[in-house]
Amino acid sequence: MSHSNADGGALPSYLEVSGRRTGILGWILSTDHKRIGILYMSLILGFFLVALCIGLLMRLELLLPGPTIVQPNTYNALFTLHGVIMIFLFIVPGIPAMFGNFFLPIQIGAKDVSFPRLNLASWWLYAIGAIMALLSLFTGGGVPDTGWTFYVPFSLRTGTNVPLAVLAVFVMGFSSILTGLNFITTIHRLRAPGMSWFRMPLFVWSLYATAWIQILATPILGITVLLVFLERLFGIGLFDPAKGGDPLLYQHLFWIYSHPAVYIMILPAMGVISEIFPTFAKQKIFGYKAIAFSSLAIAFVGYLVWGHHMFTSGISDTSRWIFSLLTFIVAVPSGIKVFNWVATLYKGAIEVPPPMLFALSFIFLFSIGGLTGFVVGALATDIHIHDTYFVVAHFHYVMFGGVGIAIFAALLYWFPKMFGRMFRYRPFFISWVFIFVGFNTLYFPMFIMGWLGMPRRYYDYMPEFQIWHQISTVGSWLLATGVFIFFIYFVKSLRAPRGAPDNPWGGTTLEWRVPSPPPAENFIEIPTVTAGPYDHHGEGDA
Amino acid sequence: MEKKELVPYGTYIMIWFGLLVLTGVTIIAASLHFGQWSIMTAIAIATVKGALVLFIFMNLKREERLFKIMLSLALITMTVIMVLTFADISFR
Repeated sequence: MSHSNADGGALPSYLEVSGRRTGILGWILSTDHKRIGILYMSLILGFFLVALCIGLLMRLELLLPGPTIVQPNTYNALFTLHGVIMIFLFIVPGIPAMFGNFFLPIQIGAKDVSFPRLNLASWWLYAIGAIMALLSLFTGGGVPDTGWTFYVPFSLRTGTNVPLAVLAVFVMGFSSILTGLNFITTIHRLRAPGMSWFRMPLFVWSLYATAWIQILATPILGITVLLVFLERLFGIGLFDPAKGGDPLLYQHLFWIYSHPAVYIMILPAMGVISEIFPTFAKQKIFGYKAIAFSSLAIAFVGYLVWGHHMFTSGISDTSRWIFSLLTFIVAVPSGIKVFNWVATLYKGAIEVPPPMLFALSFIFLFSIGGLTGFVVGALATDIHIHDTYFVVAHFHYVMFGGVGIAIFAALLYWFPKMFGRMFRYRPFFISWVFIFVGFNTLYFPMFIMGWLGMPRRYYDYMPEFQIWHQISTVGSWLLATGVFIFFIYFVKSLRAPRGAPDNPWGGTTLEWRVPSPPPAENFIEIPTVTAGPYDHHGEGDA
Repeated sequence: MEKKELVPYGTYIMIWFGLLVLTGVTIIAASLHFGQWSIMTAIAIATVKGALVLFIFMNLKREERLFKIMLSLALITMTVIMVLTFADISFR
């Protein structure tokens, strides 16, 4: 494959080709999927750091019983903000928007996504939604205090600015839907010659499964938050028993989206891990088809388990045992993936640079998150620990220990390709130590507190919980130190001299066959694919 | 690409008229108090309306098989979601 122009000079990269416009307009009006990926990255990582700081403030407040740095109402606003930003602005768009946009077309041998303008529109919708969410903090009744779930009846009665916040979620939902639509069409229509379904990288499979959830589940969230908006405005009574409504209907609708949304978050993270492991183990991935189909299985079964968020809400006993049973089933495809990743390492020539170190941590932390999912998914134990810190610990192990760590791994794995520069390993090893130790110090005590009965979202606590809260807060300082080291050196590495090799890690998927950073249209000639994606030893199809 | 026959405007107007009539039927059915069958009645009418829009107005009936499979995926998912929701509501 040649990557030079007719005169023999190297092709300009996407960083140099800004289209008809230059400067900032060359970015915010670009339809190049790679530029859009970077646009998403700048906003998403910015919001992540903001929400991280809010989390730090919450932990600081809980260092001592009673008021420490903020009043109770402010604390309610803080955990709502932390949740809304982390969920809707960081982790849901996260990997698909940043790395999916950048790498999906390259990995399947295409020049762009199917609908580049729609792709840009998705970013604008995300940005507009984010601005609306920010506006909701300073207008109306001020920062919403409902938690990220906007449960009725409280979200209907609180004087805070819930209407604008839910409209922001509505707008950002469209961004997610359009991205999903774009990815599905791209994968169906723009695969290079020879790129059959079972030659696609597993990251692409994970994006495909995710995209289906985005387009099928997100509209349900859209209509649900719109109903909250209408209910507040006109009091139509959908969720009000006095008018024939049902407050549990809201919880059903909310979780019909929000549980599959967990898989919108985790599936692409699993895709990232499926890319990193074969590269650094120098092995073909173990059980390619099993991992691909398990992504689809998770996407489907993920629709059937939302009721486990409602075990103590008053839903019928029949539905409680059905949802509990179905919840256990979703562990099967997740387990398949974990076992296959571990098997990929077997007899591999394993190297552990920073991206692989983060990927290995994913397995450890995600497994703790996944296995404690059985405890909250089992009907009997959930009654005991529902709405306690145990749940907070469980979902942070899955969301941060899983998706967050996978994002760190992906940032480092694809950094040379995206920016054409290399980074020094040492600062990222140091950041990893702080992140890994800090993470477990922060969240593991929450399992213990939750088991002992500490309810989530409480501003104050009994004296016996103090030691656990203090350990947890110290953990938050360690974790934040690690994250800040990571991002300081990430930004520093952006100023490192250009000259990253095209394939610094010895990867086998198509993105490693184009220059670093990739040319504006990725390929001069669309490649013809003749083997599976992880063919390290020239053995043919995966 | 295969050239597709245009749908005459008259058909679209018929669909629009059909949707209006079915909306009227929904309102009347709601006032008849069918008890536990009232939801099924509303869903059945809505299904007919959706089918008219999808297959004729949006021309799905002339599209390739892939799109029909994709739509059926959405419908199956929605059906499963509704069945599971009723596993709660019907047994409370």
